[in-house]
Amino acid sequence: MKNVDIVIVGGGPAGLAAAVSAKRHGADSILILERDASLGGILNQCIHSGFGLHRFKEELTGPEYAQRYISLVEELEIPYLLGTTVIDITHDRKVTAVNSEDGVIEIQAGAVIMAAGCRERPAGAINIYGDRCTGIYTAGTAQKFVNIDGYMLGKKIIILGSGDIGLIMARRMTLEGAEVKAVIEIMPFSSGLNRNIVQCLNDFGIPLYLSHTVTSIKGDKRLESVTVAEVDQSLKPIKGSEREVECDTLLLSVGLLPENEMSKRADVVLSGVTGGAVVNERFETSTPGIFACGNVLHVHDLVDYVSEESERAAKYAVDFVRGRTYAESDIQITPGSGVRYTVPFKINPHNIEDNLVIRFRVSTRYSDKRIRVLINGEPVMSRLEPALVPAEMQTAVISREKLNAIPDIRDIVVEVGD
Amino acid sequence: MEKHEMICICCPRGCRLNVAAEGGEIKEISGNRCRRGETYAKEELTHPMRVVTTTVQLNGGKIPMLPVKTSKAIPKALIFDCIDCLRDVSVDAPAAIGDVIIKDVLGTGADIIATRTIGKRD
Ligand SMILES: Cc1cc2nc3c(=O)[nH]c(=O)nc-3n(C[C@H](O)[C@H](O)[C@H](O)COP(=O)(O)OP(=O)(O)OC[C@H]3O[C@@H](n4cnc5c(N)ncnc54)[C@H](O)[C@@H]3O)c2cc1C
Repeated sequence: MKNVDIVIVGGGPAGLAAAVSAKRHGADSILILERDASLGGILNQCIHSGFGLHRFKEELTGPEYAQRYISLVEELEIPYLLGTTVIDITHDRKVTAVNSEDGVIEIQAGAVIMAAGCRERPAGAINIYGDRCTGIYTAGTAQKFVNIDGYMLGKKIIILGSGDIGLIMARRMTLEGAEVKAVIEIMPFSSGLNRNIVQCLNDFGIPLYLSHTVTSIKGDKRLESVTVAEVDQSLKPIKGSEREVECDTLLLSVGLLPENEMSKRADVVLSGVTGGAVVNERFETSTPGIFACGNVLHVHDLVDYVSEESERAAKYAVDFVRGRTYAESDIQITPGSGVRYTVPFKINPHNIEDNLVIRFRVSTRYSDKRIRVLINGEPVMSRLEPALVPAEMQTAVISREKLNAIPDIRDIVVEVGD
Repeated sequence: MEKHEMICICCPRGCRLNVAAEGGEIKEISGNRCRRGETYAKEELTHPMRVVTTTVQLNGGKIPMLPVKTSKAIPKALIFDCIDCLRDVSVDAPAAIGDVIIKDVLGTGADIIATRTIGKRD
């Protein structure tokens, strides 16, 4: 069995940034394992622009953003294996991967960084009544077909779910000559970014039906039509509001799930809310020496934050390999009113080296509300936000000085309030 | 004075702008968290601009499609013309980020450039 200090599972933006950071923090040996034939992850199929404004102060497309990190990985001569799928990780960090050249590869890792991203909720996971015909795809699969493989999927399209991938695909299919008839969203608000509603739907006159869903699917071999209905407040279809809409393609953009089958095998405790690992301020999971960052930890809207988070995770992974110890992170950060979850989940203030950065999502839409962080019941941060939506990840930063000024921290709460 | 509500698309934050304007001239603006919001609002009221991204065929490449974009925003009204210009374009591998595929597309001053580096198929 081969020994490697830092094994990185996944060569998307999270894995690439982690690798570069691990190298810069002096890791002796690093190996990136990537299932796909190229590095870059989901960014390779995200050919639209909107990446890197924070990180590079310019608006890049997905492949351009990925290339910045791929170039760094090449320059720093960090080894990687493509076409290589990690199939097992044990709690003592034995990593098993397979590829067509080497067959089975077994590695003893000093530390493992999970950066495997997320997958789309598959079609089967949302139960729609009706025929099982062709012409139904997840939006991300459609994106890969069109942007990477160059196949067009259909002519008359309905998109179920208003997540960003769905919105981006509405525009993409329109530009490729298809008629996108509507985007259907069951919630009373979109789960995608506002800018995407403007530039992907409004620019092309594509209607967005909020509080609507698809109740049945009809088609012999190929999809022929779907039934669209309005829903009530409890999200149940309203009788009599059904309408049949002719279409040959249905794209599902109904959410992403962190890819954590393997983490479970390594005894990593997962959050029921994010589907990702429960991590501390060092991005370490409940299994010592296994770290998580990027979409495998929680679904991100901005890749810039993925890079930042992954760089920090890698620093701590290097510390772990060197045997540096930290105080136990036993102080919970509790999601208060209006907050769905926080990352990290728990901390120890003594371990915070610069600032405590808390990322979180709100549970519903708010306007003119305050984001507040309370320590031992006392507000230490408060910020007025004109608009808060679940689609946007939020950040609260508490400086080290502020943390150190509180002698006995017992609990931390992040909440939305007046 | 006309009042407009719009969403800035300059970055993923998507600020909600409240704009009061007269004859394309902005008198009052609020909701923008940076200066770019102002430029965007002015442009959006007079001549909306967009960066266009799409793909062209790549012959003999490791991947069959080469992603491309306009090097700067072009008038929104020209989006479909721009896509039409590219419909039958194909280039030979290898391709590198920044390669110019079409110069000065539709006289907009923007070039169509490659956004991914793709090598030749082995
Ligand atoms: C359609 C869409 C639009 C987006 N738009 C924007 C935008 O405009 N601006 C922005 O900033 N962000 C955007 N994002 C978000 C951003 O792209 C993601 O947050 C980011 O790509 C996540 O990076 P990651 O490395 O965690 O995951 P990924 O990019 O998914 O990378 C994970 C990698 O791990 C590999 N992998 C998985 N399992 C294994 C295994 N078992 N063995 C080996 N390798 C494995 C995968 O092949 C993949 O390459 C968008 C995302 C999508 C999907």
